[in-house]
Amino acid sequence: MSVLEIKNLHVNVETEQGTREILRGVDLVINEGEIHAIMGPNGSGKSTLAYTIAGHPKYQVVEGEILLDGENVLEMSVDERARAGVFLAMQYPVEIPGVTVTNFLRTAKTAIDGEAPAIRGWIKDVRESMSNLKMDSAFAERNVNEGFSGGEKKRNEILQLELLKPKFAVLDETDSGLDVDALKIVSEGVNRAHSNTGLGVLLITHYTRILRYIKPDFVHVFVAGKIAEQGGAELADRLEEEGYDRYQVAESAAEAVTAE
Amino acid sequence: MTSTAMPTAEQHGLVAHSDGAFVPVQTRSERFRSVNVDEFAPVTGREHEWKFSPIATFADLIGGELDGSRLPIETTDASGIAFSYIPRGDSRIGTAGTPEERASANAWSTFGEALLVSVTGEDEKIAFVTRTGLGDAPRAAHTVIEAAPNSRGFVVLAGTGTARLSENVEILVGAGASLTVVSLQEWDDEAVHLSSQFARLGRDAFLKHIVVSLGGNVVRVNPSTHLAEQGADIEALGLYFADAGQHLEQQVFVHHDAPHTKSRVTYKGALQGAGARTVWIGDVLIGNAAVGTDSYEQNRNLVLTEGTRADSVPNLEIETGDIEGAGHASATGRFDDEQLFYLMARGIREDEARRLVVRGFLTDIVQKIGSADLEARLTAAIEAELEGR
Repeated sequence: MSVLEIKNLHVNVETEQGTREILRGVDLVINEGEIHAIMGPNGSGKSTLAYTIAGHPKYQVVEGEILLDGENVLEMSVDERARAGVFLAMQYPVEIPGVTVTNFLRTAKTAIDGEAPAIRGWIKDVRESMSNLKMDSAFAERNVNEGFSGGEKKRNEILQLELLKPKFAVLDETDSGLDVDALKIVSEGVNRAHSNTGLGVLLITHYTRILRYIKPDFVHVFVAGKIAEQGGAELADRLEEEGYDRYQVAESAAEAVTAE
Repeated sequence: MTSTAMPTAEQHGLVAHSDGAFVPVQTRSERFRSVNVDEFAPVTGREHEWKFSPIATFADLIGGELDGSRLPIETTDASGIAFSYIPRGDSRIGTAGTPEERASANAWSTFGEALLVSVTGEDEKIAFVTRTGLGDAPRAAHTVIEAAPNSRGFVVLAGTGTARLSENVEILVGAGASLTVVSLQEWDDEAVHLSSQFARLGRDAFLKHIVVSLGGNVVRVNPSTHLAEQGADIEALGLYFADAGQHLEQQVFVHHDAPHTKSRVTYKGALQGAGARTVWIGDVLIGNAAVGTDSYEQNRNLVLTEGTRADSVPNLEIETGDIEGAGHASATGRFDDEQLFYLMARGIREDEARRLVVRGFLTDIVQKIGSADLEARLTAAIEAELEGR
């Protein structure tokens, strides 16, 4: 039984105006197979949490811990975290010119597993996952994210999720910029990975829309760098009706504190 | 343009103005040319063709006495590609171009015989000419690569080991011929190599010209292409990887001089280590006769570490209004840490992620070379560069 624990996490970012405190004591426990939705207004620190878990060098952890099955994730490099089973589906996946999707997927799979995948089974897996995500087979020979539409980029992220089979996936606004068809396809992919591998999911989103297709076990409302409220799926329904307005007072007060 | 019609050097600013530092921009077609080294003024380093180069490191090649004897070469056999030596007076010599700077003229003035690489027949074939271990004394060489009308061929001019070489290469592509010439520089760390390459393309001829510079202390390969007859087509590719202390330079010139000619120039380079230095100058001249020209040139540089410098200067001169297209692009960017993060977030170790990005950056040039063996060899050479070997 795998578990990802985030304890009293405080994170700063260096900006041109000086140090900014973004996360102010986040506590979260995600067990294998659980789906947690993190919802919150823009600027509340949701993406910072995602990138900090993945180990982006821009974010400095000043206090707290992230543990994966008791192992200190913060001491791991970015690639070590991925090999330990943490996956981040990015909001803005970058282009890698000259590197084909096929080459990239095989390289990543080899790195994660510690050995090259058996060629025949691997090709079949890739084909099947691409077909499930309604990705044209020509996709495989294109360069990673180069000239991809927004929807294609997100599908490519979920393709990697399905093929690399991590223990925990952080989905950073995977729903943003998707039309309803693409949203359904992407959500189905996440649900497949969840039911096939017992994936634990941290679903970061601004909108409740994706929660129609991916049912969360827990919903956490993120405001001003910490969890302001948590509950079950019913909390998302309430947010859909009421929006984030009732948290805005707290948020603007907090922003006044951090204002340069 | 014939040399008898050339204006004097003084008229065109080769002599410094009274303020001593200013050399005016001039149209490329009016540059001073001569095969005689003594007609060039001494090089100061301020001239447009020298201002990016470390001229002090090869004063001997610019102005000193050169050994013009045959270079030690190894050649591979291919049916339809023949090697021989021709005397200075051979009628082919001088038909593809004339030196525009002193080191080129110095080599031209002193070479003994020219190596002739003669391509005939319509079958595809490839031959290597490898110059290995030319020694530490300054040398001159002259090579003529001649593709007969309607012939096809692939010629690799490679350099390894030691060298202090100034040379001229003339490439004559006959009507309807399709020729690939690769100039591959894999010299030792101390080597200096200055190469002026002149191509003349006949009617409907196609030349793929590829400059690959990886090894050497100073490597300056300047290819000029004269699209002299209707329908001539040049694809000029370049790939370079400069390490610490290396100077890799290329001044590319394409002269559209006939109707419906086409050019594509794509040079890509990577720089890694303190003092790694690259220069790319891309001049395109679309002459009055060159109606219907289709031209595009671009240069991209990837900066991998601090302490490097890449100069990139595209120039486009257009003398006719009736063209299909002409454009240029240049970009020099640092290694993108977000690409590194993305790959590492998929479990790929940092060194492998860097290799993927750099190989990806250079790969579109490698893939256009058109010889699987050479592509594999260059991919391996690029990996070795990345590992600092």
